[in-house]
Amino acid sequence: MTRYILRRLLQVIPVFLGTTLLVYYMVFALPGDPIAALFGDKQPPQSVIDALRAQYHLDQPFLVQYGIFLKNLFTFDLGVDYTQQPIAATLARIFPVTAMLAIEALIIQAVFGVAFGLFAGLRRGKLFDSTVLVASLVVIAVPTFVLGFVFQLIFGVQLGWAKPTVGANANWETLILPAVVLGLVSFAYVLRLTRTSVIENMNADYVRTATAKGLSRPRVVMTHILRNSMIPVVTYLGANLGSLMGGAIVTEGIFNVPGVGNKLYQAVLRGEGPTVVIIVSVLVLVFVVANLLVDLLYAWLDPRIRYEK
Amino acid sequence: MRFKRTSTVLGMAAAAALALSGCGGGGGTTGGGTASTDPNKVITAYSNEPQNPLLPANTNEVYGGRVVELLYEGLRAYDPSGKPINALAESIDSSDAQNWTIKVKKGSKFTNGEEVTAKTFVDSWNFAALSTNLQNNGSFFESVEGYDAVSAVTKSTTPDGKTTSTPAPKAQTMSGLVLKDDSTIQVKLAQPEADWSLRLGYSAFYPLPSAALKDPKAFGENPIGNGPYKMAKTGAWVHDQSISLVRNDDYNGPRKAKNGGVTFKFYTDPGPAYTDMQADNLDVTDVLPSNALKTFTSDFQGRNLIKPVALNATLNIPPYNPNFQGEAGKLRRQALSYAINREEICKVVFNGTRTPATEYTSPVLDGYSDKIPGNEVLKFDAAKAKDLWAQAEKIKPYDASKPLLIASNTDGGNKEWIDAVANGFKNNLGIQAEIQPFAKFAEVLNLRKSQSLPGLTRAGWQGDYPSLYNFLGPVWKTGASSNYEKFSYPEFDKLLQEGLAAKSTADANAKFNKAQEVLFKELPGLPLWYQTRPIVWSNNVVSAETGWNGAVLYYNIQAK
Repeated sequence: MTRYILRRLLQVIPVFLGTTLLVYYMVFALPGDPIAALFGDKQPPQSVIDALRAQYHLDQPFLVQYGIFLKNLFTFDLGVDYTQQPIAATLARIFPVTAMLAIEALIIQAVFGVAFGLFAGLRRGKLFDSTVLVASLVVIAVPTFVLGFVFQLIFGVQLGWAKPTVGANANWETLILPAVVLGLVSFAYVLRLTRTSVIENMNADYVRTATAKGLSRPRVVMTHILRNSMIPVVTYLGANLGSLMGGAIVTEGIFNVPGVGNKLYQAVLRGEGPTVVIIVSVLVLVFVVANLLVDLLYAWLDPRIRYEK
Repeated sequence: MRFKRTSTVLGMAAAAALALSGCGGGGGTTGGGTASTDPNKVITAYSNEPQNPLLPANTNEVYGGRVVELLYEGLRAYDPSGKPINALAESIDSSDAQNWTIKVKKGSKFTNGEEVTAKTFVDSWNFAALSTNLQNNGSFFESVEGYDAVSAVTKSTTPDGKTTSTPAPKAQTMSGLVLKDDSTIQVKLAQPEADWSLRLGYSAFYPLPSAALKDPKAFGENPIGNGPYKMAKTGAWVHDQSISLVRNDDYNGPRKAKNGGVTFKFYTDPGPAYTDMQADNLDVTDVLPSNALKTFTSDFQGRNLIKPVALNATLNIPPYNPNFQGEAGKLRRQALSYAINREEICKVVFNGTRTPATEYTSPVLDGYSDKIPGNEVLKFDAAKAKDLWAQAEKIKPYDASKPLLIASNTDGGNKEWIDAVANGFKNNLGIQAEIQPFAKFAEVLNLRKSQSLPGLTRAGWQGDYPSLYNFLGPVWKTGASSNYEKFSYPEFDKLLQEGLAAKSTADANAKFNKAQEVLFKELPGLPLWYQTRPIVWSNNVVSAETGWNGAVLYYNIQAK
């Protein structure tokens, strides 16, 4: 088991080098001069521009820039962004905010998605099941930004239940509204996955055996049906955690959440190579770890799956 | 749409409820028609992350600028109409517009207790101008004698042909800047400039405490100023989130704060801010999402304002274009001007966010006049346009082999109005006209700099400081830095020079406006319109207004 985990972690190295090189190159290839774009109409003296260019090594060829970036990274010097702010401090500020948002969204998806899915699956074809099926289809069909604006206007402006934007007060409470919007689409997927899985497992031999043995209904449902239905759901949730951590650009934008997605978007707009690559690197790590956890969960959910002795 | 309308209704209901509770609540608050104000309440305002440490001479973008302007007080300040008034200056005198004597008021202090003296200003200005300090606004001191030496750079060429410049000052201080005594500064300019004192309210000229000069970067995180506000605490600037300012009770200048403080909330997009405004979760914004430009007056009934800012637009006619040379060319330039329906374009294309031009500067400036002789060419008159064009045809026929091109970058939403202008030329003069589109502003600028425009070009000017000269000199004077089309009118130059050497600002302005008459006679460019800045405010504040440069006057906002 330990060897398996170790091997998986070692795979991170080529993945990390590959992604950073690719992302660094893509930012490098963005049109426009990032330093000139910092100023717009009122350009400062040329010596100021040249000094900035030298500070960020923009006067060097691409591979040299990338080399300097890697060297700094391995000496734990993340450097400063184009507004002269240390990138390490930025990471420490944005990741907790997005982590809170992602955890809330994940809880909404997992708890409600599984509960509704299980209930719908057990009462297949009944009113609840049909209603939930149609409703989840609607949720999946509506783009996130539409949901975001509508929720913001209804709950934020008209009913006044929550502040329409998060801004400087990012905490568990203010992040609920964006977390609901963010989690809603995946909630619908989780619900449908669970429902299908539950329906499939209800007809499985071991469920009939369990019932025939005289086990109580709750026990059959919880230990036999639900646990076995969790495998596809866990895979989905694991992959989703990664995208929740980095891909919430639209939701974070609508609710002005000072998190990873917002910062990443700004950094791409400004052509800030180092900031983009560092954020993406952290996201790669999050993704790899989340996937590893999912694989380990499989083994726990289904003892037939064993990686190594 | 539906939500917008409902929210207006809700907003009005909320306002009515407020008014009712105001009437009912007898207690300490005053009842009746006017809402009571709370001078200690902190207001919130739209902003975004400043791009640089908060040093006045290093801040040249709006979001850092609005904070710096509240944290510091300079020798002069601008009143809402753009008129400079003495703030820390006791007096600013000059007999020849070249040698200036500035008396600094005594007893004014930074919030850390350090006194602001004449020496503070001399040190701060030398710091800003010295090229090794890499301050973005260093060039604002270029008029001072000795600036060349402190700003000197050495240029080197890399093997691949790129030139880079490295700071190499030949002196550490400007020779024209002399400290006479504790409260007197003697400034010698490289040449006479009557309006030099007008720019002393600009942020580049603010004083800095000695701590700033020792460690500018650390200081810029937690700046200490002498203005109407101060940072709420150490670390009041939370990056990417907000900056909190509180009133500086020791401040005793013309911009005394009428609220307890300003918290700038950072938004990466104006959309969420607009939603926050509708929920009274933000008190004032000066950046509206483009889809709200048509609806903000109804969404914020009685809580919005559109005022002109110091930014204008012109359509320049290069003097090297054979169609517009000589006597026939002059008539044609007039015909073009008469053929533009500025009023209608401002209303239809810009939704009223531009106002038709009446002269070559900006209506927010002291000395602005809408009655400059010759400005009748700015009124739309189809018959007159046709007539003038026909007269020109008699002198020299128009070369209609190619359509008249109007060069412009298209990324800033310029295509719509240029199409409208071109249609005006087509319908009223019977000539072919169309846009010559470019992806980037820099491409148009290259053509203008090399005098190779095939037709007309869009141009514009944003004021650095509120002065008529700032809109005329750098743009239309012979050989001026932004006179890319190389216009040259000796009579205009002479009047500008007389204005610069004038004894008083009023005399100078009279000369500058006289100089504009020459421009109206020659029409090197056709003034089009002035930019305006719409702002909206919440139910939590009484009202808000903008100053000459479009910045919100945060210190004047009263909270309810």
